[in-house]
Amino acid sequence: MTSAIPAKTTTASSTEPGPRLSRDDKGTKTRKAPKQYSDRVRAERRLGWILAGPAFIIMLLVTLYPILQAIYESLFKFRLTAPGEREFIGLGNYAVILSDPVWWSGLWTTVFITVVTVLVELVLGFALALVMHKALKSVRGLLRTAILVPYGIITVVSAFAWFYAFDINSGYINSWFAWLPGIDENLNWFAQGGTALFVIMASEIWKTTPFISLLLLAGLAQVPDELTEAAKVDGATWWEQMRKVIIPNMKAAIMVAVLFRALDAFRIFDNVFIMTNGAYGTEVLSLLAYRQSISRLEIGLGSAVSVLLFLCVLLICFVAIKLFKVDLAGSQGGK
Amino acid sequence: MTNSSTKNKVLWAIVTVLVLIYALFPVLSILATSFKSPSDLTSGKFLPSSGAATTSNYEQILVGDAQGLFLSALRNSIGISLIATFIAVVLATLCAYAIARLDFPGKKLVLTTALAVSIFPVISIVTPLFNLWRTIGLYDTWLGLIIPYLSLTLPISIWTLAAFFRQIPWELEQAAQVDGATTWQAFRKAIVPLAAPGVFTTAIIAFFIAWNDFVYGISLTSTEAARPVPAALAFFTGASQFEAPTGAISAAAIIVTIPIVLLVLLFQRQIVSGLTSGAVKG
Repeated sequence: MTSAIPAKTTTASSTEPGPRLSRDDKGTKTRKAPKQYSDRVRAERRLGWILAGPAFIIMLLVTLYPILQAIYESLFKFRLTAPGEREFIGLGNYAVILSDPVWWSGLWTTVFITVVTVLVELVLGFALALVMHKALKSVRGLLRTAILVPYGIITVVSAFAWFYAFDINSGYINSWFAWLPGIDENLNWFAQGGTALFVIMASEIWKTTPFISLLLLAGLAQVPDELTEAAKVDGATWWEQMRKVIIPNMKAAIMVAVLFRALDAFRIFDNVFIMTNGAYGTEVLSLLAYRQSISRLEIGLGSAVSVLLFLCVLLICFVAIKLFKVDLAGSQGGK
Repeated sequence: MTNSSTKNKVLWAIVTVLVLIYALFPVLSILATSFKSPSDLTSGKFLPSSGAATTSNYEQILVGDAQGLFLSALRNSIGISLIATFIAVVLATLCAYAIARLDFPGKKLVLTTALAVSIFPVISIVTPLFNLWRTIGLYDTWLGLIIPYLSLTLPISIWTLAAFFRQIPWELEQAAQVDGATTWQAFRKAIVPLAAPGVFTTAIIAFFIAWNDFVYGISLTSTEAARPVPAALAFFTGASQFEAPTGAISAAAIIVTIPIVLLVLLFQRQIVSGLTSGAVKG
């Protein structure tokens, strides 16, 4: 091969120097280069998939497979205690669920918790992010360490902490806040929906605000200082700086944080399970699915609830990505 | 000048105290409860009555009659979480290296899949797994929890590590390759030492997530053979059926919070950088 090239070149130069030579040269290059290149590329691709493949396959196995299985099982009337009576009923389970007020009240409770907690967390998390961003060096480490405690704590532990604080027997909140109208020592927070949801959401907010505030902190760090300085020089008030400079510049971070938290809040389970177990109108969708399949062993119905919950999550994602143009993968997968 | 800086300092002291109260109050609350005796629980006070503070709740779960329940749960939690973290971090390290460093088709697919898995409603996975695990005998076993835990720990590990790996000066690897190292050797000798802090941070974050799990824990276990602490707490019962297990649960809650607080105290900086770089980039 190597000997062929100079031979060709010499013949080319001997007859018609300029154009022939260049054309031939080009020809050999395009014929030869891709082959060398593609060997390397192929090796790199192979290595890429050898390294990334196991993680990828496991992720598919632990999620894609179960959801497909759930979709399949949701088409059957199937109770684990009566396996013999398994019967294909098509979308029958979905009809049962969607015509049951329990599903709809669960859906509204879940949506309510999601909207309220995400809004409160956004405000609170933003305040915490600002504090951490501006904090004097001497307290910065202390603040971040403190903030990480709720992040790391087990949700169930948080649920018990809040539950025992408000509980009518072991709590102290009633005696602390007895001066507030509506609160006295006989107030049972967990005996009606409104007050129970209040404590459930308080625990959820306490535990997950640090996460949102860290995402917002990362967004804050990306707002160029010159912009804020320039606004300050132009006489903008603190509020104007926030509204016109800082918030517009970290819109992407805010969107990502809100979407992540909304999807997480929509799956709320632990706090509700511990505090009320779904009583008094606090039942959320995850709990509904759990009760159907794990407690009542109604695999068919439970699977259908699971699938519907999954579709809700997809819908939230779709709306966020299409309507609000949240770019989740782009920022990372761009390379 | 000194006046305004003093004012500034006072302001920051107040803000710091407020944040500390916010972050630590529920922990202190359950800590106080854990030292209350059964008769003191209904006092309506935050702290145990003076002179009535007791360690009997801790004795009950560590050496007393609730010992079998709590210690086996603690062993399950530690074992299962560590193994799930270890597997996830090893697989994610390889995967993130490929994503950050190599050019291969489907790179974006892997990242998108990780993202999709991380927002997947856990309860949707539980129902089919519950059924399947009962059929193939993985129900109520360590492996039966380790496998689904990977759905929690793998995605975040991949994202966090991919972000870490993108910040590594890869010229070092090329330099090693010029010196005659293979791609694998270059990875192992030049990059692993640089990447180790990122891997370690990722492991902490993944461990937090596995340690926190509740849904899998209560759904896929039924006995002390595999039931982790959060699930065991939910099923704790009092010494008698008339006695609420408040004190014992509080004491157990404090014990499982200690490792979290220690990790946070020691690695605050790394955890913050891991969470922020992994999640948002522009």
